[in-house]
Amino acid sequence: MAKITMTVNGKEHSGEAEGRTLLVDFIRGELGLTGTHVGCDTSQCGACVVHVNGESVKSCSVFAQACDGAQIATIEGVQNNDGTLNVLQAAFQEHHGLQCGFCTPGMVMSASELLKVNAAPSEAEIREWLKGNICRCTGYHNIVKAVQSAAATMAGAAQAAE
Amino acid sequence: MYAFDLARPADLAGAVATLQTEGAQALGGGQTLIPVLKQRLSQPSVLVDLSGIDSMKGIRRAGEFLIIGGGTTHGTVAGSAEVASSIPAITALASKIGDPQVRNRGTIGGSVANNDPAACYPSAVMALGATVETNKREIAAEEFFQGLYTTSLEEGEIVTAVKFPIPVAATYQKFEQPASRFSLTSVFLAKMGDGSVRVGVTGAGADGVFRHAGLEAALSSDFSAAAVDGVSVDAAMMSNDLHATPEYRAHLVKVMTKRAVAALS
Ligand SMILES: Cc1cc2nc3c(=O)[nH]c(=O)nc-3n(C[C@H](O)[C@H](O)[C@H](O)COP(=O)(O)OP(=O)(O)OC[C@H]3O[C@@H](n4cnc5c(N)ncnc54)[C@H](O)[C@@H]3O)c2cc1C
Ligand code: FES
Ligand code: FES
Repeated sequence: MAKITMTVNGKEHSGEAEGRTLLVDFIRGELGLTGTHVGCDTSQCGACVVHVNGESVKSCSVFAQACDGAQIATIEGVQNNDGTLNVLQAAFQEHHGLQCGFCTPGMVMSASELLKVNAAPSEAEIREWLKGNICRCTGYHNIVKAVQSAAATMAGAAQAAE
Repeated sequence: MYAFDLARPADLAGAVATLQTEGAQALGGGQTLIPVLKQRLSQPSVLVDLSGIDSMKGIRRAGEFLIIGGGTTHGTVAGSAEVASSIPAITALASKIGDPQVRNRGTIGGSVANNDPAACYPSAVMALGATVETNKREIAAEEFFQGLYTTSLEEGEIVTAVKFPIPVAATYQKFEQPASRFSLTSVFLAKMGDGSVRVGVTGAGADGVFRHAGLEAALSSDFSAAAVDGVSVDAAMMSNDLHATPEYRAHLVKVMTKRAVAALS
């Protein structure tokens, strides 16, 4: 056991972790942030995607102790400051990009990194980027639409600000 | 997972020292090893996390070579301007590994050390005749890969870099197994400065990655799809699993080689 500290969604958290404790178990079990899901536990499904120091990772495939001192972003920190859904979340709602919602936290965390590195992704680029996120409900079509729509909204907002 | 300690050395000397511990094992990006540990197929006493060692990360060009640090992630390689200008086929290879989250963690050192028969990098290492650099020595590609999941690395030896000769032109043609995202059969084809053509094949061989002498000889004298047609690829040396028969893999070797030829013509 070791005491580790990480900044999660802007707030510092400490807790105990064994060498083998996975980041996802630390986030869910120790910090009580259960928005991050475990779908497969075998690195395939992407339900557990969070950001570590700005990069998306599968938190079931990273050790908690390896994130000692890191900046972590989870789905709980995505909403706007006033508690409303952010642009990407609202687009998922608007375009029916979710049904059961199990995969959605991972989808949103993965897609948000895409929009950071590519502000105007094509449909093919979105599908390629979301390869590591498996959805058993939607058939992906509306997820792709949601990401495209969020990109367009963000581009519009950026233009209006200029 | 069985219990183990996680060590996070800040430099190579610290990692080498900790790897002397009985039952110690290196941890790269963990994208292969963590799933293995979950299945209790491995029981290390200490995992030595190499990700804090800055000297093992990064990409540089040195004369006619491109050198990629062993701790460099696939994502960093895929996004590197140096790689794109020196060996764009490696940009293509790295950007097709798994998915963005696997690429953000997985490393070239872990990939070659693991020598998965369906991994992408070994085909480039073989086709380009790269050298694997460790904390102890330099190992030629042919000598490094020793069959399925086996390399000539000694206990505790760390892959610190891979040194690729820069070819005249090269291409990576991946035929993906869509469920795992690994290679079902992929070909890395390189035209070298001395006029030779080299063909590295991954995903297909029963003994893992290999070069195909017949294809290389045919393409070195006539760089065309017709030359590929004239070569026989022996199904007896291909692997067999529920995804593909040896005959199908042997067929794919030629199809992917022809796509590679077309990409460079
Ligand atoms: C969903 C998914 C899809 C994938 N798709 C592909 C794909 O398309 N193509 C592909 O090539 N790979 C694929 N991979 C594998 C991925 O590339 C891994 O990152 C890679 O094989 C192992 O690298 P790693 O850094 O994660 O190593 P780890 O998992 O940490 O380690 C793997 C092995 O190498 C040893 N090791 C690690 N680093 C070193 C080092 N520097 N020196 C000596 N030994 C070391 C470890 O002890 C261990 O035995 C995929 C993985 C997943 C989970
Ligand atoms: S739970 Fe992590 S990838 Fe499925
Ligand atoms: S909405 Fe149910 S798994 Fe994606």
